[in-house]
Amino acid sequence: MTVLDSKVPGGPLEKKWDQHKFDLKLVNPANKRKFSVIVVGTGLAGASAAASMAELGYNVLNFCFQDSPRRAHSIAAQGGINAAKNYPNDGDSIYRLFYDTVKGGDFRAREANVYRLAQVSNNIIDQCVAQGVPFAREYGGMLDNRSFGGAQVSRTFYARGQTGQQLLLGAYSALSRQVGEGNVKMYERREMLELAVINGKARGIVCRNLVSGDVESYTADAVVLATGGYGNVFYLSTNAMNSNVTAAWRAHKQGAFFANPCFTQIHPTCIPVSGDHQSKLTLMSESLRNDGRVWVPKKKGDTRPPEQIPESERYYYLEEKYPSFGNLVPRDVASRNGKIVCDEGLGVGSGQSVYLDFADAINRLGEDVVRARYGNLFDMYHHITDENPYKMPMKIFPAIHYTMGGLWVDYNLMSTIPGLFVLGEANFSDHGANRLGASALMQGLADGYFVLPYTIGGYFAGTELEDVDNNHSVLKDLENQSTEKTNKLLTINGKRTVDDIHRELGKLLWEDCGMARNEAGLKDAKEKIPKIREEFWQNVKVPGEAGEFNQELEKAGRVADFLEFGELMVTDALDRKESCGGHFREESQTEEGEALRDDENYAYAAAWEFQGVDKESTLHKEPLTFEHVKLTQRSYK
Amino acid sequence: MKLTLKIWRQKNAQAKGKLVTYQLDDISPDMSFLEMLDVLNQKLIIEGDDPVAFDNDCREGICGMCSLYIGGRAHGHETETTVCQLHMRSFDDGQTVTIEPWRAKALPVIKDLVVDRGAFDRIIQAGGFVSTKTGAPQDANALPIPKQDADKAMDAAACIGCGACVASCKNASAMLFVSAKISQLALLPQGQPERDKRALAMVHQMDMEGFGNCTNEGECEAECPKAIKMTNIARLFREYYRATFTYEEQ
Repeated sequence: MTVLDSKVPGGPLEKKWDQHKFDLKLVNPANKRKFSVIVVGTGLAGASAAASMAELGYNVLNFCFQDSPRRAHSIAAQGGINAAKNYPNDGDSIYRLFYDTVKGGDFRAREANVYRLAQVSNNIIDQCVAQGVPFAREYGGMLDNRSFGGAQVSRTFYARGQTGQQLLLGAYSALSRQVGEGNVKMYERREMLELAVINGKARGIVCRNLVSGDVESYTADAVVLATGGYGNVFYLSTNAMNSNVTAAWRAHKQGAFFANPCFTQIHPTCIPVSGDHQSKLTLMSESLRNDGRVWVPKKKGDTRPPEQIPESERYYYLEEKYPSFGNLVPRDVASRNGKIVCDEGLGVGSGQSVYLDFADAINRLGEDVVRARYGNLFDMYHHITDENPYKMPMKIFPAIHYTMGGLWVDYNLMSTIPGLFVLGEANFSDHGANRLGASALMQGLADGYFVLPYTIGGYFAGTELEDVDNNHSVLKDLENQSTEKTNKLLTINGKRTVDDIHRELGKLLWEDCGMARNEAGLKDAKEKIPKIREEFWQNVKVPGEAGEFNQELEKAGRVADFLEFGELMVTDALDRKESCGGHFREESQTEEGEALRDDENYAYAAAWEFQGVDKESTLHKEPLTFEHVKLTQRSYK
Repeated sequence: MKLTLKIWRQKNAQAKGKLVTYQLDDISPDMSFLEMLDVLNQKLIIEGDDPVAFDNDCREGICGMCSLYIGGRAHGHETETTVCQLHMRSFDDGQTVTIEPWRAKALPVIKDLVVDRGAFDRIIQAGGFVSTKTGAPQDANALPIPKQDADKAMDAAACIGCGACVASCKNASAMLFVSAKISQLALLPQGQPERDKRALAMVHQMDMEGFGNCTNEGECEAECPKAIKMTNIARLFREYYRATFTYEEQ
């Protein structure tokens, strides 16, 4: 049995990363150009890693399935990015950011990783400003900050409601510079289909050229996956349409352990589902909860329009239940409470939504100030729902937004396959069981700009790497497998579309493995998923040919992997009989209905080893110890 | 709602394309335009036809992937809207809607409604950046930037690189796209050291890609989903002329 070694360095928490950077072996500047690295993904983590490694002198091959690296889904992040700058002088510090993140993650993250994340958070802001990212500023020319859910200090930097876009375009500009200089070779419209493990090390990938349909192999000295999360397993999520688990899942099948797949985040402020045609859900930034007040009518079945419901008949449930954090409780708490009031029959609209009301903010600040803060979000809401949020409250409901689980990595961000590094949302390391707002951008950029460029050097300097090229038998075998799978998908010629089967899987997972989970529901899902998988391989209809631009074939391959991955997610949720963060097991709650952890039995990261489709995965536990943040029941009251 | 769709079908870059007519019933006014196309594609697949290829990803109006020319207008008839944020409630029951890809020499068709926008990436690679390395730059607040400059830079930086400006311009000019990046960096102190070099390099690359010139007609601004202003093009000209007089290659 593999023993999980997190490789967390010894010494005091504050010195671990500095000491580790000193202890890591170096590759001398002249030798760096002898090493090549494949980076899959061009979001915040992938683009920042590719650019930073190319600047150091490594040869980088960067892949994305979109038509341009600038389109990666990091671009859709709205609210902001956290850093412990303490510019507002409100008591923030690296230690407080670390503390908030461990607590916010409900004590299921690795302390040393989180501390490092908080440490480098400040460098990220400096770096992005140097690139020309136009963060919001005050009249004096200094950077502006705002507060965000799960924190009582203002540590969030932002660029209107488009922070992800601006940070991504910053990383993309750094990447573009390296592409222009010939240090990065960019491969757009390529989807990674397989990871090549040669003599026990990650040495290459097989991908499909999405324009020509050709199956192509690439080799390098290390492979970096920065391929995002798996939220689209639920069919409806706030992820981009093409976000998928394929790269991570294929690596998992080659031996990379998958950690905590059941840790999924449900974002409390999304636009509710409007009908069966719905293809995705749209998030309204959490920053709206700074000025918006969440409420439902106190009376069941109250169909009066919101402005006719007097103050005394409104239930501001977050403010009443959590007076000290109010509307700014962490996402999991806000989402679950939204579900509770809707389950009680207090929901508005279709019954599956609550109000997010800006009337008070507009009275207090004026419409202009509210427009300056949230204008683009209000416009987006107006476009989608045809309702004007300046005049009437928004209707919102929780939706799948982010996945904390991912491939298991050690302190160096290396998976259980030597030479395979995993960054950003694709790994599992920093957010525990719940991610705080404005922390995903921070982690993606921390991993790519400031962690991997150091740790990958340590790997190269301490590893013997023989020459491999893309005629290696491992790659040829994987190419054949990919071609066979594609041909199979194209010849089933059944009666159901890929979307139809994907929707069935998503609905099942949302009901049984969504905001609240219990043993009976999870067992039911575990029984049903293999049947849906069988139905897919018997009855799916994928049109067109392999050797052409074929979007249905792309989707089919992704859904085939979701159908395997979904089962692992349910298995993990069944195993973890406690509630923590986004994972709420109905069997484990306090008298007040809050998530109840079981630290004695479940203070571990669950890392699953693949044994075969239709076979039980093997669980490996990485025990989590908390030396600095005392294990307590989270309270936001 | 019922719709008649006339959609540009083209098997690949080499093939000759044509408009094909489709009838669609049972469209909900709450659907987005792309969801309407999803419905069409599901129908085509079940009927054994090839579904319509179109680029899309975030469906939140920010990734810049979607790129349809609807009824003779880039991203359709609504202002400051990407196709994914265009909803069927703004169409009439029984309407005939023509859907084409972006049409420009520099943005060739890959299949149906999908085009190759690699030219945009190459223009950015030529100079759309600040040459700073990952490392330890000065503290972010060591460089105060007046709010009005930061806001103006942000207005320009909001460009999503979709190509609507090119598609709607009779000259297929990419000047709005190029000027947005040049403006963002020219307005900020971080962009000053490479200001001249950047303007020359990006404009040179733009010309190499085969985009047309600007004749000040403003379709680009009218159709830009992010309301990027033509004043940026004026700034591009100033930056370019300034650079031609002052920049000396080392």
